[in-house]
Amino acid sequence: MAQATAGKETGANLPFIYREYSPEQLRQALHKMYLIRRFEEGAEDSYTRGLIHGTMHLSIGQEASAMGICMPLTLDDQITSTHRGHGHCIAKGAEVAKMFAEFFGKTTGYCRGRGGSMHIADVTTGNLGANGIVGGGLPIAVGAALTAKRTKSERVVVSFFGDGANNEGAFHEALNMASIWKLPVIFVCENNGYGMSTSTARSTAVANIADRASAYAMPGVIVDGNNLSEVAEASHEAVKRARAGEGPTLIESKTYRHRGHSKSDRNRYRTKEEIEDWMTNRDPIMLYETQLQEFGVIDQAGIEGIREAVRQEIADAIEFAKTSPSPEIANLERYVYTEPL
Amino acid sequence: MDQPVRELSYAQAIQEAMAIAMEQDERVFLMGEDIGVYGGAFQVTGDLVERFGADRVIDTPISELGGAGVAVGAAVTGLRPIFEFQFSDFATLAMEQIVNQAAKMRYMLGGAVSVPVVMRFPAGSGTGAAAQHSQSLEAWLGHVPGLKVIQPATPHDAKGMLLAAVADPDPVMIFEHKLLYKMKGPVPEGYYTVPIGKAEIRRQGRDLTIVATSIMVHKALDAAETLEAEGIDVEVVDLRTIRPMDTQTVIDSVKKTSRLLCVYEGVKTLGVGAEVSAAIAESDAFDFLDAPIVRLGGAETPIPYNPELEKATVPQVPDIIKAARDLVSGRR
Ligand SMILES: Cc1ncc(C[n+]2csc(CCOP(=O)(O)OP(=O)(O)O)c2C)c(N)n1
Ligand SMILES: [Mg+2]
Repeated sequence: MAQATAGKETGANLPFIYREYSPEQLRQALHKMYLIRRFEEGAEDSYTRGLIHGTMHLSIGQEASAMGICMPLTLDDQITSTHRGHGHCIAKGAEVAKMFAEFFGKTTGYCRGRGGSMHIADVTTGNLGANGIVGGGLPIAVGAALTAKRTKSERVVVSFFGDGANNEGAFHEALNMASIWKLPVIFVCENNGYGMSTSTARSTAVANIADRASAYAMPGVIVDGNNLSEVAEASHEAVKRARAGEGPTLIESKTYRHRGHSKSDRNRYRTKEEIEDWMTNRDPIMLYETQLQEFGVIDQAGIEGIREAVRQEIADAIEFAKTSPSPEIANLERYVYTEPL
Repeated sequence: MDQPVRELSYAQAIQEAMAIAMEQDERVFLMGEDIGVYGGAFQVTGDLVERFGADRVIDTPISELGGAGVAVGAAVTGLRPIFEFQFSDFATLAMEQIVNQAAKMRYMLGGAVSVPVVMRFPAGSGTGAAAQHSQSLEAWLGHVPGLKVIQPATPHDAKGMLLAAVADPDPVMIFEHKLLYKMKGPVPEGYYTVPIGKAEIRRQGRDLTIVATSIMVHKALDAAETLEAEGIDVEVVDLRTIRPMDTQTVIDSVKKTSRLLCVYEGVKTLGVGAEVSAAIAESDAFDFLDAPIVRLGGAETPIPYNPELEKATVPQVPDIIKAARDLVSGRR
């Protein structure tokens, strides 16, 4: 891939993505991170207005993690996602209009109104689905990787999961199988410090989730999940390893969610100062934007342009969702079986 | 009952029962995900951690299989755990410990031990949480000898049956419909129990028996009001326990009314309604029937996200009214 031309540092001193991607690709990445952020804000706003029901888990603050991991993936590669999965879905290539339509329960949504936020998926861009079950996606990713290996495809599979999921049996069983069979799968733990109200210190016996990797004889890599370049670099390495038939990697992406766990969170388990610190000093979009400017990849006008384009995209997507038709009750039992009974 | 009675929500009633159980018996403690400072996903444990401390209101990691197993192990060795599943759907992750261990340990060991564990399962649809957070899996556990499975429908019963469950020497599984948590009703202060295995007649009637469970009891009572105005006199039986099932109360009621409608939220086929129907078909009440038995249960589909579809998935009051009318008018 082309290299960033402008910038104050050069060569090996440049952060990874500036060596790996063209300026246009780097601006695209910023565009997508904004798209995730504004999508989440739009979903939150629609929920407050009563246009979306149920609950949802927002990934605001974790955009670099979703984006960085997906940067080296092709459309043929696959992911399994989590309840906090809107960002993964967008980063992998889904259209925000069809996502909003799903959240609004419409037939034009990715799951035809049956799934909602917690089951958002876009199989056409390789997203096998968010999951309402903590840890539910890990073994499925291993199965998808088994398919990839058996069919001798180049495909790799990424399984996103949270820190909380590392205490489910499924995590341990999945990592072990992926390792013994050397499958092309990348386990990405988005460690945002808490599983609902329970901090990793209270829930997990090891200091880092990546420490678990040694028990399953695979590399365990820790990255600053709010630093796009670091995340992307780790993903590149793991993808290379997986495509070369060398087996799985566990990446731990340390990050933070700005919002509460879901729509019903009194936030009693973390301090205002902690939240404030992450929001003002470690916002992944702010960090990336500043860096892009420093390296001369974008100027203020360029940033404004992206923001405006994203604003319009989100507004159009919400309009599409609003005006789409609802499913008919007569079709309630559709999609339960492949051939209707 | 002589104890003073006040209005409490269903969730408050459960919380009060757990507090009383912990005050009375050092061995009782609570375990579950986010039941401490968070107060539980549905605020059922609320501030109990402040009263009883983190040693007795224990936050577990997200480990349902392990957590359920720890509760079983503690119970079999002398403690009295009350284990909260964050959603009943996650029972599926713990089935091994519930079905193979808790339910069978006493039997396999020839009666040498008992397993006095209580497990609580927030269940049911109506919250927009879609297919993996809305199920009614009580019939799954109802199929397992060794377990007792209850579905209290009122705050009064929620408290009394929980206290009965804690006192019970065997594993008791409590299915609590999420939409009931905020429902208020009279609850006596202090300690009392409501027996496990006894149905309750919520409304006397002559023309038709509706056997309902959990939230469907309230929908059946609503329907009965409307039907009364039309001259249809409905008897509503709240089953309360599905294992062991109080079939005698149902049999007696059907002998009186000669018609049976079963209403429950779990998937219609192979569920609670089938068992109730069979109990009648196998008893002398069968000869009293003036019409075929009718079941109203959940649709044969996962719970959808779209709110209109979701509503259509489980019996609603108009569905009950229509089924009752058809039954009584001989259209069924
Ligand atoms: C098997 C299972 N147990 C519990 C839950 C309830 N629950 C949903 S998300 C969550 C916390 C998950 O924490 P983590 O894996 O760290 O992901 P995060 O929410 O932080 O992104 C819990 C307890 C669930 N959905 N599935
Ligand atoms: Mg987390």
